[in-house]
Amino acid sequence: MSSTKLKYLLVLSICAMLAFGLAACGSDDSDDGDSGSGNSSSAELIQSNPDNESVDLTIGSKNFTEQIVLGEIYAQGLEAAGYSVDTDLNLGSETIALAALKKGEISGYPEYVSTALTSFYDAAPEDVPADAQEAFTKVQADLKKDGLVAFPPTPFASANAVGLLTSKAEELGVTKISDLEGKSQDLTLYGSPECRQRIDCLVGLNENYGLEFKSFTPVDIGLRYEVLDKGQADLSILFTTDAQLGASDKYTILEDDKGVLPAGNVVFLTEQKTIDEAGPDYQATIEKVQSGLTEKVMQELDARVDIDKEDPAAVAADYLKASGYTE
Amino acid sequence: MNELLLPIAEVSGDFFKDRSGGGCIQDNKLFCPGWVADNYDRYVDPTLQHLVLVLSSVAAGFLIAFALAILAHRHRWLSSPFLAGTGILYTIPSISFFFLLLPITGRGQLTAIIALTAFTLQIIFRNITTGLRNVPPNVTEAARGVGLTSQQMLWRVELPLALPEIVAGLRIATVSTVALATLAVFANGGGLGAEIIVGSNITFKTGIIVAGGIAVIMAILFDGLILLAGKLLTPWERAAL
Amino acid sequence: MIAAPIAALGLFGDAFNFVFTPQEAEGGGVMVGGLDQVGELAAKQLEVTVLALGVALVLALPVGLLLGHYGKGEFVAVSAGNAGRAIPELALIALMAAAVGVGLFNLVVALAILGIPPILTNTFVGIKQVDRSSVEAAKGMGMTNREIMTKVELPLAVPTIMGGVRTASINIIATATIAPLAGILTLGDFIISRNVYGDAGVLAGAILVALMAITIECLLAGVQWALTSRGIKLQRAA
Repeated sequence: MSSTKLKYLLVLSICAMLAFGLAACGSDDSDDGDSGSGNSSSAELIQSNPDNESVDLTIGSKNFTEQIVLGEIYAQGLEAAGYSVDTDLNLGSETIALAALKKGEISGYPEYVSTALTSFYDAAPEDVPADAQEAFTKVQADLKKDGLVAFPPTPFASANAVGLLTSKAEELGVTKISDLEGKSQDLTLYGSPECRQRIDCLVGLNENYGLEFKSFTPVDIGLRYEVLDKGQADLSILFTTDAQLGASDKYTILEDDKGVLPAGNVVFLTEQKTIDEAGPDYQATIEKVQSGLTEKVMQELDARVDIDKEDPAAVAADYLKASGYTE
Repeated sequence: MNELLLPIAEVSGDFFKDRSGGGCIQDNKLFCPGWVADNYDRYVDPTLQHLVLVLSSVAAGFLIAFALAILAHRHRWLSSPFLAGTGILYTIPSISFFFLLLPITGRGQLTAIIALTAFTLQIIFRNITTGLRNVPPNVTEAARGVGLTSQQMLWRVELPLALPEIVAGLRIATVSTVALATLAVFANGGGLGAEIIVGSNITFKTGIIVAGGIAVIMAILFDGLILLAGKLLTPWERAAL
Repeated sequence: MIAAPIAALGLFGDAFNFVFTPQEAEGGGVMVGGLDQVGELAAKQLEVTVLALGVALVLALPVGLLLGHYGKGEFVAVSAGNAGRAIPELALIALMAAAVGVGLFNLVVALAILGIPPILTNTFVGIKQVDRSSVEAAKGMGMTNREIMTKVELPLAVPTIMGGVRTASINIIATATIAPLAGILTLGDFIISRNVYGDAGVLAGAILVALMAITIECLLAGVQWALTSRGIKLQRAA
């Protein structure tokens, strides 16, 4: 073989090795959740079960910070339990996520009970039970008809909210949503694209509150505070568990006095057949890792991502470690 | 607000941070070096994924374009259709391509790699073809005179002489692919794009600059590496100086 | 195994439907699709592309022409092309939206930034590579610098320059597709806002964007053909 051909082969093989090597590296999830050894006496620690290795799970989530953190928590918890886990986070709105679940693209994702009831099953906001246990039972019954199951809910609940800059709220003299009557036609509202079709969002504000807005502009959920800051939006659809609300007094949410924006705890949605395949650790792990998610904790995790700009995966890992589920 | 349904496991009190101090990150200033120093490891995985996307696409693109170019070299009439075909693939925006592939290959790294590969084909194909065509006819005549077969001539004479052009094509393809691979996030293919648009990253100036900066640096490094490899593979060009 | 391709066919049918008939969005409440909406977003994409390409041409062509004619600034002109290729469009749009603000003007500026490097580099290279004897002959005939540039060098460099313009347009169209991230709704919105338009909309959007890109390329190829002088066409065919 000529020396030139040798050089070709050398360069090509180096490239090939680099590519394969990096593929191996890149796909090798930093698996620090693999406990197995029993040197920790805490009952909370997730034990890796070798039976779960053959089960492939894909955890999805919707497209905003809280969802992504939840998805990571569930995914990392399940991995610690020994499952082979992939993620497909940031899917999109609830309809996209549900479609992905039904198609089998994902094994499960976290959903708010209020969203499931109002968006999937056309419940009116006043029919969403305020009691978490009642709401959970109700949504379980609806989901069963679709072959889906919801695992028991998280301690915290979240809801949509109409928010604005505190300075603007004072200027307008509004503290609840119905105060906007007579004023809303001069105010611009910004929200997610799917807000236009949800009863616990624009549709409810239009119909149940009878409010008309100057305009509704759909924007990416990640921009909901940005548009207030930049003065583009008079009103923006926020979430009650948002970190930004707790961090300063800059933003205010209006009280939902007519109960159009119900709160919902988070339930992990999955298919019955996935549960049958995955075994008892599936539900047990999900219930375990979410049991520490009070409103205060969820807000803290949201803050770490949205305000401190930490990586959601790292934030989830820290939460699992601090709670003693992984080490 | 709602009933607690499960036994609670508590995180300790110092889990909660005090954010009253404000600071560079909270003000979302254009670039916060302190944050970068503390948080650079969140970019390691995306960068590795990005590397895999780029190397796989360029390698696959090169192999395919090379095969096409050799075929077109033997059968000249093939060059036009191949050029047109790869040209269409080049023209279609990558993000469009991801979603055209969606019904067939679904979401994931493979879809992203296929789309990125398709983009590199025309660049590399065109450069290999041009390089081969620019080999002076007196050289090929001399080679034939010495008794080389077509096969031998291709590998020992024409390709080596076409190397500078091929290397140039590889450089362009690789740099373009590094920039384009940021879009792989739309197909759930990973890469640095996730650090630019997912969740609250979309407003995070420092994060966007870091992610974009890594991509640019990666492009420059690859450009230099390929240039160097090209120089090593063509010692005769240097000797001629 | 067989289901997937058949399902894919069905999806293409849905996408086709999406383009022509307005239908209710995934979750109800809002009408999406239909020729009106498609036309509106397509027009926006076209508008943005043409503006950006125009700005890029106005800025890059004269500079490339002058530099190429006088043979100066090679490093800058060629490096601009390399540097421009390395800019990740997603980062550029996101940074522009985050740091500067959304709006048509900002978007066109960002797109022009992506379009200038290929046009600049190709104009420079094209002009510089014009056969020296032609230029000498023109000088001998008493042509001024301006006349040489416009009557001799530019026409001879058309193929190379148009190559740059076409590359620029591909970059610009691709980036205009993600413009919805910066608040300007183009055809890319069908692709990016899967929430509203559903899978059918996404596929429809992908197909429409691809078609627009190919059409514009064909148009520019036609322009190139029209602008290329007969002599060069004969020379190339030989």
